[in-house]
Amino acid sequence: MSKDILHMRGISKRFPGVMALEDVNLTVRRGEIHAICGENGAGKSTLMKVLSGVYPHGSYEGKIEFDGRPCEFGTIRDSEQRGIVIIHQELALVPQLSIAENIFLGNERTDRRLIDWNKTNALAAQLSARVGLEENPVTRIQDIGVGKQQLVEIAKALSKEVELLILDEPTAALNDDDSEHLLDLLRGLRAQGITCLIISHKLHEIEQIADRVTVLRDGRTIETLDLGAGEVSQERIIRSMVGRDLDHRFPHREPCIGEEVLRIEDWTVHSPTQRHRAVVRGATLTVRRGEIVGLAGLMGAGRTELAMSVFGRSWGTGISGRLFKNGREIQARTVREAIGHGIAYATEDRKRYGLNLIEDIKRNVSSAALSKLARRGWVDDNREYSVATTFRSDLNIKAPSVLVGTGKLSGGNQQKVVLSKWIFTDPDVLILDEPTRGIDVGAKFEIYTIINRLADDGKAVLLISSDLPELLGLCDRIYTLSAGRVTGEIRGDEATQERLMHYMTMEQEQPA
Amino acid sequence: MSSIVPTGVDEVSTADEEVETSAGERRFSFDVRESGIYVAFLLIVALFFVLTDGALLEPQNISNIVVQNSYILILAIGMILIIIAGHIDLSAGSVVAVSGAIAAVLMVNHDMPWPLALAVTMACGALIGAWQGYWVAYFGIPAFIVTLAGMLVFRALTLVVLGNQGIGPFPDPVRTLANGFTPGYLGNVGLGPLGGADLFSLLVAAVAVTGIVVTQWRTRAARISYHQQVDAFPMFGAKVLGASAVVVFVVIQLARFKNLPWVLVLLALLVLGYSMLTGRAVFGRHIYAVGGNRQAAQLSGVDVRRVNFWIFVNMGVLASLAGVIFAGRLNQAGPTAGTNFELDAIAAAFIGGAAVQGGVGKVVGAIVGGLIMGVINNGMSLIGAPSERVMLVKGAVLLAAVAFDVWTKRRGESAPR
Repeated sequence: MSKDILHMRGISKRFPGVMALEDVNLTVRRGEIHAICGENGAGKSTLMKVLSGVYPHGSYEGKIEFDGRPCEFGTIRDSEQRGIVIIHQELALVPQLSIAENIFLGNERTDRRLIDWNKTNALAAQLSARVGLEENPVTRIQDIGVGKQQLVEIAKALSKEVELLILDEPTAALNDDDSEHLLDLLRGLRAQGITCLIISHKLHEIEQIADRVTVLRDGRTIETLDLGAGEVSQERIIRSMVGRDLDHRFPHREPCIGEEVLRIEDWTVHSPTQRHRAVVRGATLTVRRGEIVGLAGLMGAGRTELAMSVFGRSWGTGISGRLFKNGREIQARTVREAIGHGIAYATEDRKRYGLNLIEDIKRNVSSAALSKLARRGWVDDNREYSVATTFRSDLNIKAPSVLVGTGKLSGGNQQKVVLSKWIFTDPDVLILDEPTRGIDVGAKFEIYTIINRLADDGKAVLLISSDLPELLGLCDRIYTLSAGRVTGEIRGDEATQERLMHYMTMEQEQPA
Repeated sequence: MSSIVPTGVDEVSTADEEVETSAGERRFSFDVRESGIYVAFLLIVALFFVLTDGALLEPQNISNIVVQNSYILILAIGMILIIIAGHIDLSAGSVVAVSGAIAAVLMVNHDMPWPLALAVTMACGALIGAWQGYWVAYFGIPAFIVTLAGMLVFRALTLVVLGNQGIGPFPDPVRTLANGFTPGYLGNVGLGPLGGADLFSLLVAAVAVTGIVVTQWRTRAARISYHQQVDAFPMFGAKVLGASAVVVFVVIQLARFKNLPWVLVLLALLVLGYSMLTGRAVFGRHIYAVGGNRQAAQLSGVDVRRVNFWIFVNMGVLASLAGVIFAGRLNQAGPTAGTNFELDAIAAAFIGGAAVQGGVGKVVGAIVGGLIMGVINNGMSLIGAPSERVMLVKGAVLLAAVAFDVWTKRRGESAPR
């Protein structure tokens, strides 16, 4: 038996308009915990989807060898048969079914084609014990917490005789105790000879648990570090994750900053599903005229939730806090009111929340300010067309005409349509949520140019991004958010990725 | 507007190039998905014209097709708006019944003047729509459930209102609205071998054709002045000529019979009004936005609940109008009136190109969809086909129309989501 259980060689995966992976190599040793690190969009999840057969053989380039044999998985089932099981960040459990039913879903224990409930529940109890889950196997998933649900996923993987377990951000939704328990469990699995691949943003966890770490950046492998000797620090990993030449990726701008336009004061938002849980806690921040202000934070820090709750309370419940525009307190209880106050919010998920993909560019551009094109309730089609056409050429939307459906555009061009739509509402404040997510490098530069021009036009821009170099390259000031709190405010010229990361991962005292 | 002009960009991704070529090709070809329905309609008419030895397009038969399908077509107008917004209405048939019953009680039992009774009935329809709209829009129950409940409730109310028996006869003006024809205001003129025809009807046709030509021409001219892509002139001319020819032909045939049916006049006005609403009004745009992507609409400042509420109110009003016309045509309001009408209206909308997911559809499409079913009904009964065969064919046509739509959509899809 060779020392290495998995070789991935020269893996490349292309999406329309984006090269998600380029010549990625990964070697995993038998029985180790191997971490994969990288910024959002570095290609970690894509690589794992290639490995587990979510993207079938033939849709990517390169070779995969598992346990000494080549792999050509067409479906997830194929990879599971070889003992590779992936646990996604969003758990794939059916809330209304029991723990036992979930563990054996698609893999039912049967007796003459009928489900053998005794065997199912008994085996489920055994597996639960193996992962330290103290629950009756007939308990429904919706009645147990997220931490225990994660354990059910692992039990499910064990039921498939897993050899290589892939965990995508397993502790992202867990509290400290549950995370600690999970990490212990992974150590236990390692002792049983199960190899683990773990994707995580939490570097201190990786430092604790992983034997080796492979760093991805912009869809390429950067290096694999051996953590066993204890010489590799978190800073070393961060440098590897972010270290790149920042000189020419961002257009130059001379900031011309005026008076304060928007002030968010003591803003608190609760989750609509778990009403007692505060997602944003007493956040205060300001944005000034002509200023680009960054909002940094890890996944789950509450950035989008903060932005959307400010934008006409379009997310969350139990919202409290005050909102000031040009020094006067305002109310923005609906999206329409927010737009009326000159606030615009361009969503991070343009396909789900930003665009009507079955309509053309023209109608998407006009959709947030249709009344500007209408007289007595009737839309002036021709003015709409010329407005959209102007935006098409101004923002360089690459499409033969504005009558092309937005569903057919590449990510960068879709984003330009979303920006056009909000610029057309003539806002004073633009909140841009991950404006360059899933966009290739060339289009990113264009989006950056647009953002700079908006600031030059006197707009106040609040930029939410997971891409730290992007924040450093564009912003005059950066707030960091961690677990719903503003943990830092740094001037753009004083900020470094290491400092930002420090504030973003700052541990918070748990609220009483 | 902004002064934003990005500079220094010369990278064009391959995906963009793909868009350029595919859309470029489409510019010169025929948009099958848009125009397929009209071609299908003409083919079906031609088929039955041959099968019935021309009886299909005889003056009296054209009049029959219009009058027999008018209430379904009125329902289809309301239904298409609901389907565009991504909902469905299963209660329309029962609302037709209860509206006929209310009108009958008011007009026959209480001798209320018919215009007032009609207004009260339509107000009741609006109330019914508001009831259902409330549950759908503000309470968040799927329209399928709300209107399924409504289907039962309003059928039950029909029986209560009627006291389990038919009520009639209706006053003459109501029967005229449902069944009657415009009087020959200006007398007849001779059309050579075609015989005499009503001059007023012909003048209406002339006005309609002028209207079509002038508005189409002005739209085209305005688009050209804004440098928009328009059909090449021969194509434009053929479309306008075709539409005008259909109007002229139908009206001449009707003028040779008993002039224009009042319901045709009513329908024409409704189609015109609702086409304007969906195509050009802010409210109409909001319906498409809600159906296309509800969350995106919400985040663009569209009051989604308000839109959903009002399209159900509108449906209630149109269903009550259809109810009065149907009752007037039978000259009696009966407990089983309107049974399965909602299914015909839904079928009309989908045959006419609406998408099950919402966001797509046109009023004219729904009307043509309804007419396709009307022509199949009428043509098959003319050739003496048994009713089970008619149902079979209608079912097959519905399935084929939607299958065609799904197929063209799948073919048009480029990148995976």
